[in-house]
Amino acid sequence: MATAAIRPISLGTSYYLNIFAKETKYEFFKAVRNRMFSLATLGFPIMFYLLFGVTNKHSGPGFNYAQYLVAGYSCFGMIAGALFNLGAGISTERAQGWLEVKQASPMPRSAYLLAKVLTCMAFGVAIVTALVTLGITLGGAHVTPFQIAHLTGVIVAGSIPFASLGLVLSLLMPPNAAPGVINLIYLPMSFCSGLWMPIEVLPHWLQTVAPVLPTYHYAQLALNVFGYARSGATLIHWEALAGFTCLMLGAAWLIFTRSEAKA
Amino acid sequence: MPATVLIPDQIDDQIEVPTLDHAVARLHSVTKRYDTNTALNNFSFEIHPGEIVALLGPNGAGKTTAIRLLLGLISPTSGSVRVLGRDPRDSSARTRRFSGTFATCSIAPMRVREHIDLFRSYYPSPLPASEVFRIAGLQEIEDKFFGKLSGGQKQRVLFGLALCGDPDLVFLDEPTVGMDIEARRNLWEQIRLLSARGKSVLLTTHYLEEADALASRILVINKGTLVAQGTPAQIKNRVSGRRIRCVTQLSVAFVRGLPAVTDVVEDRDALLITSAQPESVLRAMLLRDETLRDLEVSSAALEDAFLALTKSDAN
Repeated sequence: MATAAIRPISLGTSYYLNIFAKETKYEFFKAVRNRMFSLATLGFPIMFYLLFGVTNKHSGPGFNYAQYLVAGYSCFGMIAGALFNLGAGISTERAQGWLEVKQASPMPRSAYLLAKVLTCMAFGVAIVTALVTLGITLGGAHVTPFQIAHLTGVIVAGSIPFASLGLVLSLLMPPNAAPGVINLIYLPMSFCSGLWMPIEVLPHWLQTVAPVLPTYHYAQLALNVFGYARSGATLIHWEALAGFTCLMLGAAWLIFTRSEAKA
Repeated sequence: MPATVLIPDQIDDQIEVPTLDHAVARLHSVTKRYDTNTALNNFSFEIHPGEIVALLGPNGAGKTTAIRLLLGLISPTSGSVRVLGRDPRDSSARTRRFSGTFATCSIAPMRVREHIDLFRSYYPSPLPASEVFRIAGLQEIEDKFFGKLSGGQKQRVLFGLALCGDPDLVFLDEPTVGMDIEARRNLWEQIRLLSARGKSVLLTTHYLEEADALASRILVINKGTLVAQGTPAQIKNRVSGRRIRCVTQLSVAFVRGLPAVTDVVEDRDALLITSAQPESVLRAMLLRDETLRDLEVSSAALEDAFLALTKSDAN
């Protein structure tokens, strides 16, 4: 029975590396070509920075708004990128039947998810680069190379918790509602966490509620790069983000296995 | 692997199919329920090496559900699914020597060449890209974006994606939807070539002409159950008899009582009569109705067989 003979091929690391590389490459191309995605991730932070960062150069003692917003809008862009690429991306691809075609192939599921996360990270680097450049050239902010590296690290790491949130949303949202639901979630969260303006300016009750939001901890880590965090302690924020990631991945796994069992 | 035997089930008059010693794919009394809706009901069939099998049925008959089961995308509520000797849900990249397409699918905004490149990377020993382009007829569109393609071209890309792993078994869900006649005939030719190379193909289709021209065996499915199966000729024989169309003053009740009349339908001012003995029917009718006119006698087409089979099942 020649047709059903299973050829003994051992699949080495090069086979998997090749899949991951190709999947990531094309995922990145797809994201760059998707105007709605590039706009939400890169366009809005840049536009907001030009509107509020560059024009609003007032800086008090030990406070430079142009510098503050480089950190704030970097977080803002990364959150949008992770939620749109994972949340809206997966849910749209499922609705289009594209995900099914991929699932019918031997593509490893991890390659699909990792490619999306790596793409978000690449966008994160682009956001930081763009905002730092604008901050230095137009905003008059002073940023050291170490601060750039530090901020890039924080922003890129932040793609993981928000990608996990995106994954949960992709499993719950109807595809045509995805962009609306995501905006409804991440715009208020960004506002309440001090990504657009210092959290001290916000009403007192919001300041006390903010620490339950993952975006707050993300913001504190990014603001800490420029010394604008409420305290110098960073460990608690890393722990909060790690805990949030575990919670989201656990929820995603639960929802996914339940739907698999039904399928 | 147990010997594969055709299970007669509730199919009262199943046509005998030569039982080969091996089946490359097999659904064995599979039932698939979605909440209250039963997509497949105690459905069994198998595909043998090198065969082209057409799954023919109206919309909602369960054709795509069968393909999803064979691709391991869903699991049956009861019954078993085997593809190349194992459960398709457990297959790995190494053992996944089968693939498939879906009719309703719009794939990501990438160039055709990029899609093929990506899918080839999923398989340990893929077909060369140039071969995929040639077989699926993608040479002229390889630099185009998927979204800019016509419906038929999209189908060709999906066919190309299914070929990337050089599979032994291909499941094609309405592969020629939206294709013009030339593209359709080219695809048929490629499917025949696959079969000639020992590959097996299962395709679902609405086009009876396609099933007739291409398939070595047709499975007629309606409302999740297998209504009939056999070669195109055997299926056509299921509706024995010919069709008479004429304008007559005779009553429907009278015509119905004539020898071997199985069906009488009023079609505007004419009657459509199906009978195994058209000569006797016509002799009787011409004797009693001198005004009988617009007479046509035709043999049953696959379409008639199909309609008859799926209609009788509905009653």
